[in-house]
Formats: sequence, structure tokens, C-alpha cells
Amino acid sequence: MLQRALIFSSSNPICSQLSTTAPPDNTVFPKRNGGWIIPFSSYQLPAFPSDSAANRPNMASQDEQDPRISNISSAIRVIPDFPKPGIIFQDITTLLLDTKAFRDTIDLFVERYRGKDISVVAGIEARGFIFGPPIALAIGAKFVPMRKPNKLPGEVLSEEYSLEYGKDTMEMHVDAVKAGERALIIDDLVATGGTLSAAISLLERVGVHVVECACVIELPELKGRERLGGKPLFVLVSST
Amino acid sequence: MSAYRDKDPRIHGIQSKIRVVPNFPKPAGIMFQDITTLLLDPKAFKDTVDLFVERYKGKNISVVAGIEARGFIFGTPIALEIGAKFVPLRKPNKLPGKVISEEYELEYGRDCLEMHLGAVEPGERALVVDDLIATGGTLCAAMKLLERVGAEVVECACVIELPDLKGRERLNGKPLYVLLESY
Repeated sequence: MLQRALIFSSSNPICSQLSTTAPPDNTVFPKRNGGWIIPFSSYQLPAFPSDSAANRPNMASQDEQDPRISNISSAIRVIPDFPKPGIIFQDITTLLLDTKAFRDTIDLFVERYRGKDISVVAGIEARGFIFGPPIALAIGAKFVPMRKPNKLPGEVLSEEYSLEYGKDTMEMHVDAVKAGERALIIDDLVATGGTLSAAISLLERVGVHVVECACVIELPELKGRERLGGKPLFVLVSST
Repeated sequence: MSAYRDKDPRIHGIQSKIRVVPNFPKPAGIMFQDITTLLLDPKAFKDTVDLFVERYKGKNISVVAGIEARGFIFGTPIALEIGAKFVPLRKPNKLPGKVISEEYELEYGRDCLEMHLGAVEPGERALVVDDLIATGGTLCAAMKLLERVGAEVVECACVIELPDLKGRERLNGKPLYVLLESY
């Protein structure tokens, strides 16, 4: 069970300094547009980077805890020692068994990205294939699978990236995207950021503009956020 | 039954978006049915999902089981639309919790499909979704996993069938619904 849930965006410098250990009850943090973030009792969905105050129709909800987040967080199962001893695995398959929580997860992303002229949702094999397609369908974007080697049958671009031990390769069909398109990258979780970083590279190599990376879960101690070449990262829950 | 025979007006658009790639994954005449080009057309992708949703909504189906990895792409939108849970059926050692495994035969050798214990309860009504049915080996293993935990497999659903490989006959009498056939 996740012990706490935070939502924050790298576009908010205050949020990136938030400690993930529980502060004293009377500690508050200033937020970007005035007012206060009160962590752990109230959650703010940060404004999408291109929004101005005039374009945000639901200002009232910005200061209230989104009631959907805590059910999403509690639906994620934590499994120790997988895939090897000492690793704590965040299992989203239990979230997929909770029809309301799964729907809410998708809705939170769709609400953020709808109407933002995003034409590409790139999903990373394989759990990115679970969250990416429903988001793509809801916002009217195409879905582009980013795959392990030798799975895509057409002409591909490849990008190598580092694992803890060794290297892996990610591939994308070259003709799936066009220069100038605006893209999201979706995966279930960001850890070290290596996989997301490879996906960003693949898209940028063909001239696509990566607008944001979006994951259900972040493991902030692994500092993946810092490996995205300055690209923003949006997550629903944070797990330390 | 296939929607192709039913001549739903959306079928032609879906079919035209599927790309056939010869000699993949290996030479000797394999014609690979590539659905990734379908996913690049938001309308055709939506129509694909809608055709399945229209068939299965309101049929008291509580489980959509999707076969890794392309079954995830079609299975999750269907599950969300019909209000069912989504259960990924995966290659070995991907699912972190307790699993049951079902071995099945490939052209050369064997492979294995796994499902989390506890994901599906006895008596639940389930669909199995994949992008394509060829020999039916994978779908058959998927059905066995669900039946071993007491679920009822209502139907298998795929975008494409390769009828010459007779996969339909390997489903132990379970119905198969496809949108397109490819010879």
C-alpha cells in the first residue's frame, strides 16, 4: 500500500523541492500562483504548462483534494522482492481490477490532455499499452507503440538505453509520426527514467515535440524526473 | 461470425488501415498482419473498439482478459467501455504476484501464458481479446487459464482471423468473433 500520494509537476519548482517524508502538521508550502499547498491533506493538480488562468475552467477544483486519487493509490499493490530481493514492485494489475479506479486513472490524464492539440500518444511496452490506448482514443490522438526489439514489423528507428546491468533497445516505426506533431509518452511507472528518456529520443529524432511524459506512479528517490532532458513529467501518485 | 460478413460500414475503413508486411518475422512467405497502422487512424481505431463494445455491452461480462502485448491495446478500451475489469495474460515472469501458468505449443517448441491468482473469481463471465488468431494456441491457453479458476469464457474476440490456420477449431467449441478475415 502506498503510504502517501503527491501530485506535482516539474514545471513547479516549489514542488520539486518537496520532501517526501511527512512534514509537521502545520507546515505549508507556497504554490506557484499564490495561496498554499498543504501536503498530504490536500492535493493540487498542477496547471497544464500552456494554460493561463483565463483558460482554466475548473479553478475551484485546483485547491481541493481530488477525491479520485486516494482510491487509485490504494488500488495499487506493492509486492516486495520482485523481480529480485530488495526491490519493491508497484503492481498496477490490481488497479485494473477496480473498474472505477481504472476509469478514474484514465479520466485524470484525459482531463489534463484533451483539447491541447496532442496528436500522438506513445505507449511503452507493455504496461504503457494498458493506459495509453484509452487515453489516445479519448483525446482523438493516434497510439504509437514503443517496443522491445524485433517486434515491430515495418521499418524502425532504434534507441539503446542503459539498464541497471547492461543495455536494452527500444524501437518505433519510422512512419508512425511526422515532424511537428505534439506527443505524450505514457508508461505505468517512472523509476530511473531510462526508458522514458529513450522514448523521448526516438520521437525527437523524427522532429516530434514531446509535450509531457505521463505515468501513474513515480519513484522519486530514483530521480527519473531529472533524466528527461527538461521535459515535464506528470504523475498521479508518488511512492518512496 | 464476423462483422465482415455483416457488412458493417465501418469494416472497410478498418480493413484498409491494416498493413500487410511480407516475410516477417522470418522469410518463407509469412505475411504479417500489422495492426499498428490501424492505431494511427483515430477514427478507425475507435470504430474497431466500438464494434466490440456494441457486441458485449450489457451482456453481464465482468472480465476482459487481454493477451500480451497487442491484446492489451484492444482489451483495455473495451473493458473500460463495458465496465469490466481488465486482466492481462502475460509471458512468464512478468506478473509479480502469485500466478497460474498454462503451457502451449508453438510451431517450434513451447511457450507459456500466466495469469494472476485472485484476478478472476469463479462464475465470472469473461472475454478473451487479442489482435489476431492464427493457429489458436495462445487463445486456447488463455481460455484454459480462465476456466481453471472457474470463470466462464463467453467468447474470444480478435480483430483479424487467418482462417486457413483453423484456429477456430481449437477453441473447444467456444465462440470466436472477428472483424476481418485474411487469407
